[in-house]
Amino acid sequence: MSIVDTIRSGNEPEQGLQPRSELTARELLREVGSVLRMSESEAARLGEVPVDAGDDQTMIINMGPQHPSTHGVLRLMLELQGEEVLRCKPIIGYLHTGMEKTGESLTYMQGGTNVTRMDYASPLNNELVFSLATEKLLGIDGDIPERAVWMRMLLSELNRMSSHLLFMATNGMDLGAVSMMIYGWREREEVLRFFQKVTGLRMNHNFIRPGGVAADLPDGWRDDVLRLLDVITPRLDEYDVLMTGQPIWRERLQGVGIITEQEALALGATGPILRSTGVAWDLRRDQPYLRYSEVEFDVIVGSYGDAFDRYAIRLNEIRESMKIVRQVLDRMPSGDYRIQNKKVTPPPRARIDESMEALIHHFKIFTEGFKVPEGETYVAIESPRGEIGCYIASDGSATPYRMHVRAPSFVNIQCMPHMLRGGLVADAVAVISSVDPVLGEVDR
Amino acid sequence: MSDSTPTEQEQTAPTPEPVTVHGLPLTDSRGQAVLHPSREQYIALVKKLLDDGYAMCVDLTAVDYLLRPGRPLPDGIVHERFEVVVNLLSLRDRTRLRLRVQVPESDPTIATLFDLHPGTEAMEREVYDMFGIVFTDHPDLTRILMPEDWDGHPLRKDYDQGRIPVQFSADSSATAVGGAR
Repeated sequence: MSIVDTIRSGNEPEQGLQPRSELTARELLREVGSVLRMSESEAARLGEVPVDAGDDQTMIINMGPQHPSTHGVLRLMLELQGEEVLRCKPIIGYLHTGMEKTGESLTYMQGGTNVTRMDYASPLNNELVFSLATEKLLGIDGDIPERAVWMRMLLSELNRMSSHLLFMATNGMDLGAVSMMIYGWREREEVLRFFQKVTGLRMNHNFIRPGGVAADLPDGWRDDVLRLLDVITPRLDEYDVLMTGQPIWRERLQGVGIITEQEALALGATGPILRSTGVAWDLRRDQPYLRYSEVEFDVIVGSYGDAFDRYAIRLNEIRESMKIVRQVLDRMPSGDYRIQNKKVTPPPRARIDESMEALIHHFKIFTEGFKVPEGETYVAIESPRGEIGCYIASDGSATPYRMHVRAPSFVNIQCMPHMLRGGLVADAVAVISSVDPVLGEVDR
Repeated sequence: MSDSTPTEQEQTAPTPEPVTVHGLPLTDSRGQAVLHPSREQYIALVKKLLDDGYAMCVDLTAVDYLLRPGRPLPDGIVHERFEVVVNLLSLRDRTRLRLRVQVPESDPTIATLFDLHPGTEAMEREVYDMFGIVFTDHPDLTRILMPEDWDGHPLRKDYDQGRIPVQFSADSSATAVGGAR
């Protein structure tokens, strides 16, 4: 019975990991073979899958959805033979709140409040990609004022720092370096304090909006950023002492959860996972958006594709982000922080007191929103976790006809079965942590 | 690399020759390259593009055009209710290419990309879950975000949005979580 007939007859298959007795060798090999882009017989010759292990030799256990190391509500079904992981299947959807459906009933003006809640560890990058897609549809993507563009870069890079600092904290916690959890959280809080000063909120800012940003930078922002950089720079060196050079840390991570370049490309993995395999692919450099082509920074790559590389890449990306932030400080232009287009952005507050027309525009924008020409577009940027993309299909009204977010964690999570295969169950925690999924984005 | 790769020069030429990629006319959407293959051409085209360097399938999603039957499409493309949208990326040439495949309501099936781009496994499951489009020969076509026993496909346009009634609120008119109309 084909899958089409099965579904039509109303018997949907179960989501969970199927017991080995219900699988054929072909199905097992297809999974491995297609990821390596080779035929099933070639995959069989690799001998990666012990196809002869029977049900009585193996055990399927659940890890999660309520497990402290799964960073939320991720459930992994692991097939174990002793301590060895033979197969693994991530089960997701526990945090699904239908954000793409919700996005269809929110105007482009309100859409930011929705997308910012997807990847809650890097909300500003979510807003940025949504705003860039909307601006592309509006045809104003070349008209955004310089100050707004550089402010977006500043916030995006600071957000990358706070997100990677959060990774440092949780990765340390997962591997037993509990003091690292406190340190990582402490440094992240420094960044969030700056965000609070700029946007009014620590998270879910809705600050980057179609047309620019919501408000100008507050007085004294430059000193705040400099102080932030001065605080974090020596602390990253402390992380090196605490973790990078430490034998236990290296033993725990090196050679664990290895993924090859070929596998990463086939699986669509992006961000630090792809770069850990040695592929120097960073959208900030390879398909530049904002003004990334005008700043100097290095793309950090690894060479082994293991959990240690992914840790080291993120640590050094914090340093690269600080480099970019310093250049943004030097080059921050003056001027408008949002486009002065009365059909897209509200008029300045002072105008409302003196101009009836401005008042009407203000009222219209906040009640009806602005109309976006018919069309469809896909815009992708580099979020801390990889390529975050936004696909919007517009029907010419004030709400998107379809709003889809390509979430990097959702795609990256598919690497886990391949990283875990043949590893020890104790390493599962290290591998999950090194993928750094944010479940709000996985489930949307 | 074949000579069919779009270059900026070709796209901005004043009187452009119809650029084709593997026999399909290349269309432009806000400066982005889009192809409209049929369901029959789809797999063969992705395979050729894979050989051309489009090594990564970054995104696969769908749109339900139930409310927009007369939307603009290039000549010769028949409107259907569903559209599967595939975004391919060539790391070598740093280019992107989008495929939009029409899928009819009467037979919402399309071949899976799993054997070419195994990274589409979860994305195809999501499209199946949200739109009810069946990917034939997919290794594990089950719901991914909604529970197994869920009725209907939420992102279809004839699926009500619904809302959860707010407890202790005077407004009792809020409907319960709605199923398909």
